[in-house]
Amino acid sequence: MNADPVLSLSRVSFSYSPDRPPALRDVSLDVSAGAITAILGPNGGGKTTLLHVLLGWLAPSSGTLLVAGRPPTAYTRREMSRLVGLVPQHEHVPFDFTLLDYVLLGRAPYLAPLALPGPGDRQAATAALAAVGLTAGHDRPVTALSGGERQLAMIARALAQNPRILLLDEPTSHLDLGNRQAVQQVLRRLVAAGLAIVFTTHDPQLAEALAHQAVLLRHGNLLAAGPAKTIFTTEWLSATYGIPVRVVASGDHRLIVS
Amino acid sequence: MSATECMGMGWRRHPQLVLLAALLAAAGASVFLGRFPAPGWTSPLRLLDDPLAQRLVLHLRVPRILAAMMLGAALSGGGATMQMLFRNPLVEPGFLGVSQGAAFGAGLAILFLGGATWALQGCAAAGALLGLLASHALAQRLRFGGWILRLVLAGIATSALFSAGLGLLKCMADPLRQLPELTFWLMGGLWAVGWRDVARVLPVVAPALAIVWLMRWRVSLLALGDETAFSLGVAAGRERTLLLAAAVVAVAAVVSVAGIVNWIGLLVPHVARRLVGSDARESVPASLSLGALFGLLCDDLARTLSGGEIPLGIFTALFGATLFLALMIHSPRSAKP
Repeated sequence: MNADPVLSLSRVSFSYSPDRPPALRDVSLDVSAGAITAILGPNGGGKTTLLHVLLGWLAPSSGTLLVAGRPPTAYTRREMSRLVGLVPQHEHVPFDFTLLDYVLLGRAPYLAPLALPGPGDRQAATAALAAVGLTAGHDRPVTALSGGERQLAMIARALAQNPRILLLDEPTSHLDLGNRQAVQQVLRRLVAAGLAIVFTTHDPQLAEALAHQAVLLRHGNLLAAGPAKTIFTTEWLSATYGIPVRVVASGDHRLIVS
Repeated sequence: MSATECMGMGWRRHPQLVLLAALLAAAGASVFLGRFPAPGWTSPLRLLDDPLAQRLVLHLRVPRILAAMMLGAALSGGGATMQMLFRNPLVEPGFLGVSQGAAFGAGLAILFLGGATWALQGCAAAGALLGLLASHALAQRLRFGGWILRLVLAGIATSALFSAGLGLLKCMADPLRQLPELTFWLMGGLWAVGWRDVARVLPVVAPALAIVWLMRWRVSLLALGDETAFSLGVAAGRERTLLLAAAVVAVAAVVSVAGIVNWIGLLVPHVARRLVGSDARESVPASLSLGALFGLLCDDLARTLSGGEIPLGIFTALFGATLFLALMIHSPRSAKP
């Protein structure tokens, strides 16, 4: 892991409106290049809000966020989009873009507002599709893709941005076991290539299998952060989800049951 | 190589050029189509010998052809843009209070200003813009849902208010004189269009559609939703407002001249996407030229088929709805809703 974090949150709080309790309270967190960070917590715990703060989409009410050493306000929006890519949880697109056209949209950060993507962008999009294992059928409509392929297509679009940080909102929650594994493999390859990856999940098992660092959020408070093996204990997980959770060791593996 | 093969290859390589060529050919042919000097087709040679026919063609038919193309291009270019901006393929370009606002304005002009052309067009344009502004202002005040949903709801409510007002005007209208005039206007048509109208509408429609055309790839980006668009470096709010304003202003300008012409703005973008793909890089230009072609052909029928004028809106609805159904029934793949 690198010493210098690419994303650094220091005592960040965020409220959607002054009359509602803050969605994030005093959250401090460092994210390094070449490492995967998993954000866990119950529904409404602040996972997606945290992801949106890291994206620069929500500005912290207090505290500071540094992206590659500088606050988001020091970048133009286009510069930010070359640093941070997002794979949203749902993306309903009612138009049947072809897979290639869909991934080409990820080249927007490199194009002037009235420019159209050219051969170089097409090459970058094809390379991004190859990086997620979608090497054929680039003229298929995205509306006809399976759930797993759609998830990979969204990852490819974010990769076409050539970002240093990739944020994913529950990347495997709608996927079957096979597709889940495919996405995991892609994320492992990307992080080995030096990307910083942050994802939210409801699945502690996935976090433990994939992440170098896990973060437990409840009611907007960061309860614990560190290697999953250390912080996924009966005490911490029970406190996070507010229900009794047991961690059962079975050989090399640990099972988390509620 | 046969002519069909040749055209097929041209279509695959340059579909936009083929559509433009078809539009130009149709426009050229329309010059010789009409009720004078004889119903139907007039040969160019005969036109050269007939100074009266020449004058008629130059002063009435040519501006009307241009107006029909502008009408079709504005409605379907506006429709294609708005369907993608609102991420809803069933959006119709007049729905943000624009069509009903224009209709109400026209009703006021017919009832209280004697129905002179300038009053009718001025009031319709003012009504269209008022409808848009009211929808927008209402959407900002609604405390429900996201921005797109609020705009849709505000558009529906504003349209309903204007259409209630229009109903009231119809009740008050003189049933022998004013009511038929209003009904005819509401069915849409270009029978009264001359060079003066073209000169008034073109400077509005051309730059507005140029904005839509230049920003066409941004339309695709905005169709992904605000969160994703933001992550791709798009200033979603600003760009959507600019595109929406351009689309609506173009639509309001043509509606003020042509009245309510339904179906072009809903149907043509669907056909265009089916022909050249959904990416707005291709589908927006194709919507513009196909819309112009569709508007032109429908208006050719409206002015040629009978001795009197048949309202254009009847043809656009007839062919539009038929084609729309055919398109939905013959879906090449089971696209999810």
